[in-house]
Amino acid sequence: MAFAIQFLIDVLSLGGAYALMALGLVIIYGILRLVNFAYGELIMVAGYTMFLTSGSGLPWLLMAVLAVVMAIVFGILTDYVAFRPVRAKSVTAVLITSFAFSNLLQNAALLFISPRPRNVPLPDIFSQTVSIGGAITPVRNLITIAASIVLLAAVAFLMRKTTLGIAMRAAATNFTMARMLGVPANLIISSAFALSGFLAGVVGLLWIGRIGTVVPGVGLEPLLVAFIATVIGGMRSLPGAVVGGFLLALIDTTLNYTLSQDLLKFRDAFTFSLVILILLWRPEGLIKGPASGQRT
Amino acid sequence: MLDVRDLSVNYGTIRAVRGITFTVGKGELVSLLGANGAGKSSTIKAIAGALKTSAGAVTLEGRDITSANPEQVIRAGLATVPETRDVFPDLTVAENLMLGAYIYRRDHAGNRENLDRLHTLFPRLAERASQAAGTLSGGEQQMLVIARALMARPSVLLLDEPSLGLAPAIVERIFEMIETLKKSGLTILLVEQNVNQALAVADRAYVMRLGAIVASGTADEIRSTSDLSAHYLGG
Repeated sequence: MAFAIQFLIDVLSLGGAYALMALGLVIIYGILRLVNFAYGELIMVAGYTMFLTSGSGLPWLLMAVLAVVMAIVFGILTDYVAFRPVRAKSVTAVLITSFAFSNLLQNAALLFISPRPRNVPLPDIFSQTVSIGGAITPVRNLITIAASIVLLAAVAFLMRKTTLGIAMRAAATNFTMARMLGVPANLIISSAFALSGFLAGVVGLLWIGRIGTVVPGVGLEPLLVAFIATVIGGMRSLPGAVVGGFLLALIDTTLNYTLSQDLLKFRDAFTFSLVILILLWRPEGLIKGPASGQRT
Repeated sequence: MLDVRDLSVNYGTIRAVRGITFTVGKGELVSLLGANGAGKSSTIKAIAGALKTSAGAVTLEGRDITSANPEQVIRAGLATVPETRDVFPDLTVAENLMLGAYIYRRDHAGNRENLDRLHTLFPRLAERASQAAGTLSGGEQQMLVIARALMARPSVLLLDEPSLGLAPAIVERIFEMIETLKKSGLTILLVEQNVNQALAVADRAYVMRLGAIVASGTADEIRSTSDLSAHYLGG
């Protein structure tokens, strides 16, 4: 029983974080049909904001809010710097500019802060553990689960019940038609980047909360995870991204529990083999997005 | 109301529309006829702001909308129903209609009134309000896109091939509805391949061939032009 609870908590907390990462990536992809390769750096920005404000004596919660706000600001900045100037030109151009922006941010962190890990202030609760039904688990796992439930519900509400959200879903299937109804293209795109930045910021706090330090390359793994989760779940579908995130977490956690110590260092190889199998079975991902739609 | 002067549209080196001029008066139903590839849809897209014009001018009620983007064109009062019948398939019928009123999204009372009126005109849309638009039949989707365009309270409606790919009985109903809209005083530019149906409802018509206007006049005049079928069949 304790084992089952432990396993469940691990899957749900890792899955929640993965799902939020994937959601932040797929929101941009759905609308622009472009992967934002600078997405991981938004997590880095959140981390360094925490590090830079750590000496300020602000309450932790305020620093966390500031970190999320900075991730949103940099999300919107990505649009202005990397996407908007070349959006109409070519896919290749945007791919390169988003890589370039990602590199720029990483190198700025290397140059102006440090290549070495920097400590991020964490509230005590992040390092405490609790016992639930005999299973001992870090409180931060429960915080991650709670945060992902709240955020997934909030995103679902935004996308289903608000005019902005419905307009974003419409723009994701047919951008030109949405514009012909008066939905401003730039508003939709900026909103998508802001929402993506918001999710990256929150995930950043949870993700960095596991290790307690931030390095310039901290965003690489979340970007990879988000990318794989969206590929499994279906690049065009928001629920797909969430399903993909949880499924990837289930695979990872199962392998963590079952692989022997010697094989554990090859865990990613096992994970990716399974991902390949899933894609052979469902090349378009588990949940197919809207059928029509071209790149805008 | 809608004035198009010397409009040209190019796709790369291909000249799809070659300097056409036409007008649609207030309350008029004008039809733009022509075979596939005559440049009708390019004209519509250019007016709607979805396609860049290479030359010429488009004015709506005296206002220059030549280089306006799609979101500005609808705000100027011109709504477009594209030939591709672009419902948002995963959104419900009600959500599709709600987005139609995007530019009036704060005027809840006005939208409700407008929606009630449209639901009387298209009872099927009321019945299927909570269904995903992608599950509707072709005819119902056509009605949905027309109703969605009307939610924007346009002064001019561009209809691009509303009868395309629909069963004759449905086409009949779509044209009845176009007549109803015309009687309500709406200014309409109707692009059609279905000449007889279009001329039956139109006040005036222009015939396009290879990107140029080759004939124009009242519906009767066009009908009596002997070489119409020649233009049509591209001969």
